[in-house]
Amino acid sequence: MKPVVIVGAGPAGIRAARTLLDHGIRPCLIDENLRAGGQIYRRQPENFQRSAKQLYGFEAGKALAVHHTMDELARLIDYRPHTLVWNAEDGRLDLLDNGRAESIEYSRLIVATGATDRILPVTGWTLPGVYSLGAAQIALKYQGCAIGERVAFCGSGPLLYLVAYQYAQAGAKVVAVLDSAPFSAQCRALPALLRQPLTLAKGMYYRAWLSAHGIPVHQGATLRQIDGDQRVHGIRWGEQTLECDAVAFAHALRSETQLADLLGCEFAWSSLNRAWLPQRDSAGRSSVEAVYLAGDGAGIMGAEAAQMAGECAALALLEDAGSTVDQRRREALQKQLARIRGFRQGLETAFPFPEHWAAQAPDELMLCRCEEVSVGAVRAVVDEGHWEVNRVKAHCRVGMGRCQGRMCGLAVAEIVAERSGRRIDQVGRLRGQAPIKPLPFGVEVQP
Amino acid sequence: MALFKRLTETQRPALAFTLDGQPATGLLGDTLLTAVLTCAEHVRGSDFSAERRAGFCLMGACQDCWVRLGDGRRVRACSTLLEAGQAISRDPGRQP
Ligand SMILES: Cc1cc2nc3c(=O)[nH]c(=O)nc-3n(C[C@H](O)[C@H](O)[C@H](O)COP(=O)(O)OP(=O)(O)OC[C@H]3O[C@@H](n4cnc5c(N)ncnc54)[C@H](O)[C@@H]3O)c2cc1C
Ligand code: FES
Repeated sequence: MKPVVIVGAGPAGIRAARTLLDHGIRPCLIDENLRAGGQIYRRQPENFQRSAKQLYGFEAGKALAVHHTMDELARLIDYRPHTLVWNAEDGRLDLLDNGRAESIEYSRLIVATGATDRILPVTGWTLPGVYSLGAAQIALKYQGCAIGERVAFCGSGPLLYLVAYQYAQAGAKVVAVLDSAPFSAQCRALPALLRQPLTLAKGMYYRAWLSAHGIPVHQGATLRQIDGDQRVHGIRWGEQTLECDAVAFAHALRSETQLADLLGCEFAWSSLNRAWLPQRDSAGRSSVEAVYLAGDGAGIMGAEAAQMAGECAALALLEDAGSTVDQRRREALQKQLARIRGFRQGLETAFPFPEHWAAQAPDELMLCRCEEVSVGAVRAVVDEGHWEVNRVKAHCRVGMGRCQGRMCGLAVAEIVAERSGRRIDQVGRLRGQAPIKPLPFGVEVQP
Repeated sequence: MALFKRLTETQRPALAFTLDGQPATGLLGDTLLTAVLTCAEHVRGSDFSAERRAGFCLMGACQDCWVRLGDGRRVRACSTLLEAGQAISRDPGRQP
């Protein structure tokens, strides 16, 4: 019999696997990382010594619970770490496991592929020493390293204050935090944020802690340029400059949607996420039969929502497969998810998308770090009359490189929309292509 | 000079490797990226202008950290753990 497959062993995928197993289905759980946990509960290598408290702070209890569940599951299900799903179509996934390629057929599939940082490029962003906010956190959480001696944190979103706080706590020198959102936006967001007072309290705590420890926090400060020659020497914003040797920046997160795309899921514009997202019903069913979506990969909602969505999707799957499930449990989960969505709205108000970014981006700014395409080159294509992102890509190779537009795709759409005078939801969506990540040469294909 | 700074977890066993033929050391549990960037300032040259790059996302998304190993394999430095004796070479990239 073909197995039920889950892609992604983050909070969403792990909870989905647990739920399926509790109902008598032994799933196959696939994740590209060496160890399960996903982003927020990413585990350090086995020989590292730090405690959960040191690694996860307030989330230590939840992290330990997720790891414990996963350790149990690993013995009971078909868990495949270090395995990339690089293609997906109609009932079959193509995998790459440590240099070996193989295929797996599924009866039903839960896609829980999570998120990466949302990047709006800034002059100098390809210099050694410049990383995404998520990257800065991974260097510390997974490797015990800081990205430099004197680090500036820039952009917006909840990770901004969190990662700056984690660095300072770990003994790194944080030279400044530049939050592109004005303080007034955060005040406006308060009512919606208060729906999840605990999360709100944590965010306020990080910021207050930074200020109390003498770390300059600048609000309404937009990073304009990163200076350096072979590596970072400093940053500029407004009329100000500051010396530093590393920069971490991002504007919140973007969903990892390539697999849903290859599977043929219908997408719709989400103004809350400012992105095209695969459609799902309130239980997590996609538009494609037997394919379910859960977690940040179908819209950014955070770790707790990811777990609930993972359970919901598993329950919907079980029901569709003819099992009896606890309806009250499902309704309760859906109610909680709706509440978190309200909070998410508040976060978007507190950390608004910098809508002026595209208009202010200089022509020389390198937009696509893979193919090395500048903003000016994209504008020139738009000026020739093209306004659909896939057409623009075909003309100047922007977003065509090895990362498949994960880093620049959203920014390209912003530039195209601004230049062509269209709304951001009117310039189309960069389509995913297999392999969704580059395959090394000489991959052995198992018959 | 190094780009990354080790803050903690420094009591791990050392692993010897070579970087572009020069002897270097990392620690057990380092990714190739950590091993390289705690003793050097970049991991590769870019494809179209040989500009120095040092990775960007650390989560397997940006693909800006590929290096070559002595056995001919090309791997993502941020998602590959260092092994003793590895010969890591950095692609200089293409000059325009
Ligand atoms: C770098 C980073 C740091 C974060 N830190 C925090 C934090 O400290 N606190 C917080 O509240 N939130 C944090 N977040 C938000 C976080 O994304 C969510 O809170 C939560 O991790 C979402 O859970 P998830 O299960 O949906 O996805 P994730 O936890 O992202 O898990 C998705 C998993 O899918 C795997 N995957 C994806 N595509 C494939 C594929 N094609 N083949 C195989 N495997 C695949 C990935 O390897 C990953 O393990 C962070 C996000 C990022 C990107
Ligand atoms: S640093 Fe981005 S893929 Fe390795």
